[in-house]
Amino acid sequence: MDFTLKIWRQKNSGEKGKFVNYKVGNVSSDSSFLEMLDVLNEELILKNEEPVAFDHDCREGICGCCSLYINGRPHGPDELITVCQLHMRKFKDGDSIVIEPWRARPFPVIKDLIVDRTAFDKILMEGGFVSVNTGNAPDAHAVPVPKQNADLAFDAAACIGCGACVAACKNASAMLFVSAKVSQFALLPQGRVEAKERVRAMVAKMDELGFGSCSNTGACEAECPKGISLTNIARINREFIKAGSA
Amino acid sequence: MTNFFTSSIGKKILMAGLGLFLIVFLLVHLGINLLLIIFESRDPFNIAAHFMGTNVLIKIFELVLFGGFLLHITYGLIVQMQNWIARPVSYAKTHPSQTSFFSKYMIHTAVIIGIFLVIHLFDFYLQAKIFGGVPEVVIDGKTYHDLGLLVFEKFKIGWVVIFYIFTFIFLGFHLLHGFQSAFQTFGLDHRTLTPVIKASGVIYSVVVVAGFILIPLVIYFGN
Ligand code: HEM
Ligand code: SF4
Ligand code: FES
Repeated sequence: MDFTLKIWRQKNSGEKGKFVNYKVGNVSSDSSFLEMLDVLNEELILKNEEPVAFDHDCREGICGCCSLYINGRPHGPDELITVCQLHMRKFKDGDSIVIEPWRARPFPVIKDLIVDRTAFDKILMEGGFVSVNTGNAPDAHAVPVPKQNADLAFDAAACIGCGACVAACKNASAMLFVSAKVSQFALLPQGRVEAKERVRAMVAKMDELGFGSCSNTGACEAECPKGISLTNIARINREFIKAGSA
Repeated sequence: MTNFFTSSIGKKILMAGLGLFLIVFLLVHLGINLLLIIFESRDPFNIAAHFMGTNVLIKIFELVLFGGFLLHITYGLIVQMQNWIARPVSYAKTHPSQTSFFSKYMIHTAVIIGIFLVIHLFDFYLQAKIFGGVPEVVIDGKTYHDLGLLVFEKFKIGWVVIFYIFTFIFLGFHLLHGFQSAFQTFGLDHRTLTPVIKASGVIYSVVVVAGFILIPLVIYFGN
């Protein structure tokens, strides 16, 4: 397959970037989107040009590194997948494809298509943990957990912190991410102990870093590769009300 | 509590609460307006409007109402600015994802409602209370402002009718998203209740907008 790629190139966070067009040919329809970019980069290196910088690590949909905004959609035109799981057969031969980095004030571009997502780590440092004493691991049945809550907490914990929710949201809101992190603890007895401090601290950090607020558009849920549900946002709102009125 | 209403979630909770309050008020307002086309005489409307304008309890309510509008508008503008600032560089290519359609245009529908509110205030509230010049009518020996006549005169003008209908359609768009969104903002998420709320939001928006639009149509095309 042949493609015309319109790729955002930017030397570093300080310099202005621009779109550059590239042609890439002989791409297997079974290759992943990242493998297609690898092909392009090899050609660029052979031509002594600067390869396109993009984030990636596991290449199997679990690390959350790959983060490309492809033809107007985070992770491109498929449901419940990351860019590394996107196949070129999802495109038509000869397509032109626009590739941009995540756009959000708290996610500045480091180089080309790579953005700095340290903002997520900063939010996690405010409460993405439970404070426990070290010692022997307790028996699994020592603290009873309702099955339904265990399942919901597990679903929330599936978030890989990719930031597609922020990229998709018209407000660059991090509410889906933060709500997933708050929910995975709020639903479990171990997490309830610090629930109020956690939600207050994480929301305060999210605001301070400059993410937008939630307009309940649902764009995040539609684009999340892990199917994190909007019900988590209802839950964080509830948790925030509980924490604020106490 | 101090930081509650300055946080992103707190601001939305306040907006949602005030929004729901305005939704209830709109129903009362519609009820009174409909008196104009339900009855042959304008008296019931004028008496109701007089009651709304003079009753002490309602006077207090009026302050709350103005405050409610002002706060909803102020917070709406603040939230919107912050949301714009959160994305300084926009995307070159966008794709309409499966989202609540009108949620993306809340500020646009809001601006139209805002323009209408300013005109509306000048036309009725300020004219009755401050500028004067409202015709009067005597009902059972008591003098009332004939606000009903004012409405009839306005709704005989073609472009007024068109602007009015246009505004209310946009108010409907604001509420098609806003009604259910407010409950999500409050954290309400329930297997059976949430679908009921979503359906009620659609029914409310359609019925209330249709009700308001009916009035100028009946007057304009009536005799
Ligand atoms: C000039 C007038 C108005 C302005 C400037 C305004 C502004 C806004 C804005 C910008 C939003 C979206 C907030 C967001 O993106 O998160 C919003 C939401 C909303 N508005 Fe308005 N609005 C106005 C009038 C009204 C009226 C008259 C009503 C009701 C009768 C109303 C009810 C609502 C509701 C229920 C929401 C949803 C709140 C939520 O998402 O939780 N608004 N308004
Ligand atoms: S909620 Fe979904 S889209 Fe957002 S960071 Fe987590 S996995 Fe990515
Ligand atoms: S590279 Fe790890 S999720 Fe795509």
